[in-house]
Amino acid sequence: MRRPRDYLTPSLWTIGTLVFGFIYLPLLVVVIYAFHDSPIIAWPLKLGTLHWFKDLAHDRGMIEAAVASFKLALLTVMFAVGIGVPGALVLDRVDFPGKTVFRRLVLLPLILPGIITGVALLTYFSFLKVSLSSGFPVIPGWPVVLGHSAALTSIVVTQVFARLQRLDRAQEEASQDLYANGWRTFWFVTLPNIRTAVLGATLLVFTLSLDEIAVTFFLIGRQNTLPLQIWGQLRRGITPEVNAISTVIFALSVVAIVVWAKLLREERSM
Amino acid sequence: MATRARLGRVLGAMIPIGWVTLLLLLPYILLLVQSFWRLENGVITHHLTIDNYKRLFGTALYPNTILFSAGIALRVTLFSLLLAYPLAYLLAFKVKRHRNLMYMAVIIPLWVSYLVRAYAWKIILGQEGILNGLLQSAGVIHEPLTVLLYSKWALIIALTHIYTPFTLMPIFAVLESIPPSLKEASQDLYATRWQTFRKVILPLSLPGVVAGCTFAFVLSMGDFLAPQLLGGNDSALMVSNLVWSLFGVAYNWPLGAAVSVVMLILTLTLLWLADRVEQAVSYRGTMVKGKPTGAAQQGVLASRSGV
Repeated sequence: MRRPRDYLTPSLWTIGTLVFGFIYLPLLVVVIYAFHDSPIIAWPLKLGTLHWFKDLAHDRGMIEAAVASFKLALLTVMFAVGIGVPGALVLDRVDFPGKTVFRRLVLLPLILPGIITGVALLTYFSFLKVSLSSGFPVIPGWPVVLGHSAALTSIVVTQVFARLQRLDRAQEEASQDLYANGWRTFWFVTLPNIRTAVLGATLLVFTLSLDEIAVTFFLIGRQNTLPLQIWGQLRRGITPEVNAISTVIFALSVVAIVVWAKLLREERSM
Repeated sequence: MATRARLGRVLGAMIPIGWVTLLLLLPYILLLVQSFWRLENGVITHHLTIDNYKRLFGTALYPNTILFSAGIALRVTLFSLLLAYPLAYLLAFKVKRHRNLMYMAVIIPLWVSYLVRAYAWKIILGQEGILNGLLQSAGVIHEPLTVLLYSKWALIIALTHIYTPFTLMPIFAVLESIPPSLKEASQDLYATRWQTFRKVILPLSLPGVVAGCTFAFVLSMGDFLAPQLLGGNDSALMVSNLVWSLFGVAYNWPLGAAVSVVMLILTLTLLWLADRVEQAVSYRGTMVKGKPTGAAQQGVLASRSGV
């Protein structure tokens, strides 16, 4: 029996290509207009200027915001990893009352819309009378640092926990049989095994913190982060400088995901 | 020696537990408590009352807003699914070479700033934007259309664009894990391509669909930036924008807290329901690799954490 002609495959390719276009064209538009030689984003295109990138390089507000965002992301990574890794270990191997509650709570900021976590933390810090600018100018403010860290610890916990679950415990037992103490076992056996998961989570937390806006919105003090600075510009009206900064962010994101993909491949091959 | 090890263990456990208690449990509890406080003459008083909830459910504005947001979110979910499913299917079954690369290409936008993605639509749909320019130079219209931006549909399109890759991830994960032998078996039994899809692939992929849809719905309902950027007056009617304004210019934190609590309960109920539905649609002793239960939540988690 001859199978009927396959209409499915060509139409799938057509739809797939269109969806791909739908996902990418808007991003492409942003990048293209970063090189558009006119302050008005309009048709037709006049390509071939780096004017907006030069403006960007001289925009002190934007640079300060970028510096603040980097500081914030670094601190967030430190807290999220410093607490997330022990958190994953606790979930994996310690039993205590309320463990289920603990597990659900850690995941809550990931599941809920960001705005809820944002207003909850705002309520909390203002109840404790912690100034949103405390710690400024060394850091962008303790509330926003703690807010990001609290929200993103879950990323580290989920990724490292998933890895721990697949881990062969025999190695650790062997280490202990050879009289290594807990720390040495952790340092020389457990940690190398979860290394890629931790690195991947670090990268992810860093990127997400740089881009975070819902929680940041409510907890920011005097110093804007990069997304909030961009947001401010957008509200005042369209300027091609936003296209330029978006292009930079886009390029950096691609680099980040390539690194992340490499880590993932390394992890899969383990 | 042994006591020191135990001490280390207890300390190691205390830090994450303390952290979660201090920075997540207490803030969420305080939000709940605050929803029972009241604003009197611009000052928050700590007397417990259910006034906020009475006002919330007694005024048409709040239930309407929630319904309106749900309507928007529902449309975004539907469109995201319609776009994501065929692409996920294509990637899982038709693409042989460079499949990982193509999958990566689909999820790269998730790593690109959220604002950039929302802003793109402002450039495209704006009065001087690309769409107007194209339509004008093609002679379809003579005056730029102003209805493109600042409308409900601008918001729906942009949110669909933002959340389609998220929807795709769990669907792709489930489709990819369907063993090719099942498809072959179905074809050996003289099922047509459509029958194979309808009776084998689709039912097996439902858990991924549920997970993806839940995700698109929850996130687009909770979005409050795209509405402000693209939605115009309509979007002041999104529930997150209501929360945003109650915690900002409108300054009524207790009422804002009450709206947040309602949102929180709705979200958790939805996730619980999705989990139920997804368990019901997962075949008993499912042949699909991976955990059959809780995929909705796991899907949400996985997509959010970029796995």
